[in-house]
Amino acid sequence: MLSRKASCDSHGQDSSYFLGWQEYEKNPYDQVKNPNGIIQMGLAENQLSFDRIESWLASNPDALELKRNRESVFRELALFQDYNGFPAFKNEMVEFMANMRGNKVKFDPSKLVLTAGSTSANETLMFCLADPGEAFLLPIPYYPGFDRDLKWRTGVEIVPIKCTSENGYKITESALQEAYQQAQKFNLKVKGVLVTNPSNPLGTTMTRLELNHLIDFAMEKEIHIISDEIYSGTVFNSPSFISIAEALTERNLEDDEVWNRCHIVYSLSKDLGLPGFRVGMIYSNNQTVVSAATKMSSFGLVSSQTQYTLSQMLKDKKFTANYMKENQRRLKRRKEMLVCGLKGAGIRCLESNAGLFCWVDMRHLLRSNTFEAEKELWKKVVCEFGLNISPGSSCHCSEPGWFRMCFANMSEETLMVAMQRVKALVDSTIVHQQTGLSKSRWLKSKWVFQLASYEREPDR
Amino acid sequence: MRMLSRNATFNSHGQDSSYFLGWQEYEKNPYHEVHNTNGIIQMGLAENQLCFDLLESWLAKNPEAAAFKKNGESIFAELALFQDYHGLPAFKKAMVDFMAEIRGNKVTLDPNHLVLTAGATSANETFIFCLADPGEAVLIPTPYYPGFDRDLKWRTGVEIVPIHCTSSNGFQITETTLEEAYQEAEKRNLRVKGVLVTNPSNPLGTTMTRNELYLLLSFVEDKGIHLISDEIYSGTAFSSPSFISVMEVLKDRNCDKNSEVWQRVHVVYSLSKDLGLPGFRVGAIYSNDDMVVAAATKMSSFGLVSSQTQHLLSAMLSDKKLTKNYIAENHKRLKQRQKNLVSGLQKAGISCLNGNAGLFCWVDMRHLLRSNTFEAEMELWKKIVYEVHLNISPGSSCHCTEPGWFRVCFANLPERTLDLAMQRLKAFVGEYYNVPEVNGRSQSSHLSHSRGQSLTKWVSRLSFDDRCSIHGR
Repeated sequence: MLSRKASCDSHGQDSSYFLGWQEYEKNPYDQVKNPNGIIQMGLAENQLSFDRIESWLASNPDALELKRNRESVFRELALFQDYNGFPAFKNEMVEFMANMRGNKVKFDPSKLVLTAGSTSANETLMFCLADPGEAFLLPIPYYPGFDRDLKWRTGVEIVPIKCTSENGYKITESALQEAYQQAQKFNLKVKGVLVTNPSNPLGTTMTRLELNHLIDFAMEKEIHIISDEIYSGTVFNSPSFISIAEALTERNLEDDEVWNRCHIVYSLSKDLGLPGFRVGMIYSNNQTVVSAATKMSSFGLVSSQTQYTLSQMLKDKKFTANYMKENQRRLKRRKEMLVCGLKGAGIRCLESNAGLFCWVDMRHLLRSNTFEAEKELWKKVVCEFGLNISPGSSCHCSEPGWFRMCFANMSEETLMVAMQRVKALVDSTIVHQQTGLSKSRWLKSKWVFQLASYEREPDR
Repeated sequence: MRMLSRNATFNSHGQDSSYFLGWQEYEKNPYHEVHNTNGIIQMGLAENQLCFDLLESWLAKNPEAAAFKKNGESIFAELALFQDYHGLPAFKKAMVDFMAEIRGNKVTLDPNHLVLTAGATSANETFIFCLADPGEAVLIPTPYYPGFDRDLKWRTGVEIVPIHCTSSNGFQITETTLEEAYQEAEKRNLRVKGVLVTNPSNPLGTTMTRNELYLLLSFVEDKGIHLISDEIYSGTAFSSPSFISVMEVLKDRNCDKNSEVWQRVHVVYSLSKDLGLPGFRVGAIYSNDDMVVAAATKMSSFGLVSSQTQHLLSAMLSDKKLTKNYIAENHKRLKQRQKNLVSGLQKAGISCLNGNAGLFCWVDMRHLLRSNTFEAEMELWKKIVYEVHLNISPGSSCHCTEPGWFRVCFANLPERTLDLAMQRLKAFVGEYYNVPEVNGRSQSSHLSHSRGQSLTKWVSRLSFDDRCSIHGR
């Protein structure tokens, strides 16, 4: 009766990744009302700098009241459904994006396509660049939502580029080639590579060398590069962020064919902490892609009300410069708190300089170097120690024992509580290892794990 | 190797239709009351601009709604973070209440069966993704909204097979035409998954009769297929007969809620037409089938409604005094405006289909055609666009089977502009055609092209040019 898409589970939301959220929603932590609840550390939200935005909005009522010089623009906005986007907003966006890249690149608003969030942008690019049955290469570990966003309705396949902790998960020439050959073995035509830079879940920025490998590879194979740069404003430490746009410009590739095959995805969900407003975008030098993506954006336009409010805010350059600086400062501090807290429990993280999370090494806490052991540990962390963190397997990591822990979606006090619980977890694991108690003592039978599909939005 | 996908490179987006050519011409030379009085008047855009004052005055009295406040407290952070694809509960409740109010409260709708989407464009595509696989088909009565060719077919790979409705019975759906369409699909080896109707109809401006609705339900029950009722114009039914939703008929027929047909009837709604807010991108899917709701909810991730907008509109729609007053006033103004258009057309010797809803009239210009062909329709249309400077939509762009019908919008322009448009039309008809009731003098022929401007200064380009950015219905 229904389509295959609606009836099967190819939306990817049966992953155990969502199990953690389910448990959290049954028993969410609250400092006052539910201090024993589960602390949400699986949600990559940026809640650290709302005060700045709130205070700007309070001082600039026109932006929210939909006025311009105190005159109502309600009517104009109510009718504005042009898929080319609100010009004032696109002009501000390209400047904002350029500033974030240290103004080393310039962007043209006519090459920017607005979409309802980067979820929509990524899917739209798939629809534009690949036919059903074709493939994109993605470095692992990657954001679990890609399995749905890139594959579900498009029929496109993902082939992983194997990255490991051996070299800090950097993309190598050989990993790229191996992935390509793997695709060929499966008879999948590779249309491009999609990277997230800064990386989710690693929290690291790509090096110039990696970007160059990527560009060389795309040139050799004549394929596309999609660079998902939604975390570009969260780079709080060196090395500084290098966009694919900058890497291409540095190599004077503006006249090369590869220039028309590189596309950037951006969003205001992470940098400005506004996922609810659904503001995403595609930037491409390829006119055909811009044209097709623009028409496709009809299926997910940004509310004109939101475009207007944000265009006013981004127009205030003093505000945006201060915001970005302060946001990065707070992210840095918060990340250091997490790293420090984990260190105190004898747990290390991948060295990172960006993002809203750390990539945490808990391999030494595994019963065995297997994904079963990782799942066991994860269930323990969620159900016994009340921390919803994301297991590496949900991100398709090839090595068991890594977890993503978010740090920017909670208060400092809550993070402290989380760190105490981590310490308790480690202590209990050590005790367990020392006394050799059987596993069954630790697995509480009161928890029923269902693997049925969940109604939960896979936030990044 | 093909660099881009087929979706990106072919013109299956449907935007090469002449429908969009008219907009292109309009954008080059738009009418302005002061700055460009000879420009093209836009009558091809189904927008509702008649009641903004009511919304603006409400906003002025209720600043909290736009200001991220609730009971004096800032809820900015909460809204900024709210990306739950289940939608803002208060907004969904307000939406179903509003939808029920439009249906005279003859139905009760459950907010848990509502899925919010970024506009009806997104809702319709999502439904097709949920109900049909590539290569399958939906039946749609002609004439239909040109955008469906893109919205329903482009990325989904689903086909549309027309149900041919004609002026012989006021374009109503009949058993015969439904069966014929189904057989046509079978002949083409297309598996039919459902019927999609727009009620009230775009472009006809009429509501479906109870009889048509019963016919439809029997048909879909008999074939074991879905029924999607696009009811985005439900709040614009300004005249009798009153609007009857498919939901009402289901109830009437005492269809068991567990019956299969109950599960296969779905509604699309939007605030773009009734409230005149196409820019805010608020659409919705309503379905009694839990699996459809579940799948559509996940798919709505690709087009969620801005939480800022959900908050504003939930406050607005929760104000029952506003909604009651708005619905009544909207009907009143639309009715008056339609009356003006019909009367203006009459003065030019042109009649319309008897319409009781929508933002447009379905206008009969068959008597102005050089011949009963679509070529003649195109000729007439180009004259109207390029010489009379009115952008109206030719019936062929809506897949009408009979040449000579046009859709003319009346709610997207001021009354005086509408009057001017009618004067131009009257002058045009008087000049070129033998229409005695227009000017009392007989003309030598219907084909007098020699008078007035020649067509040569207008370059007709029928290739697709990327200028058309307005896709509104």
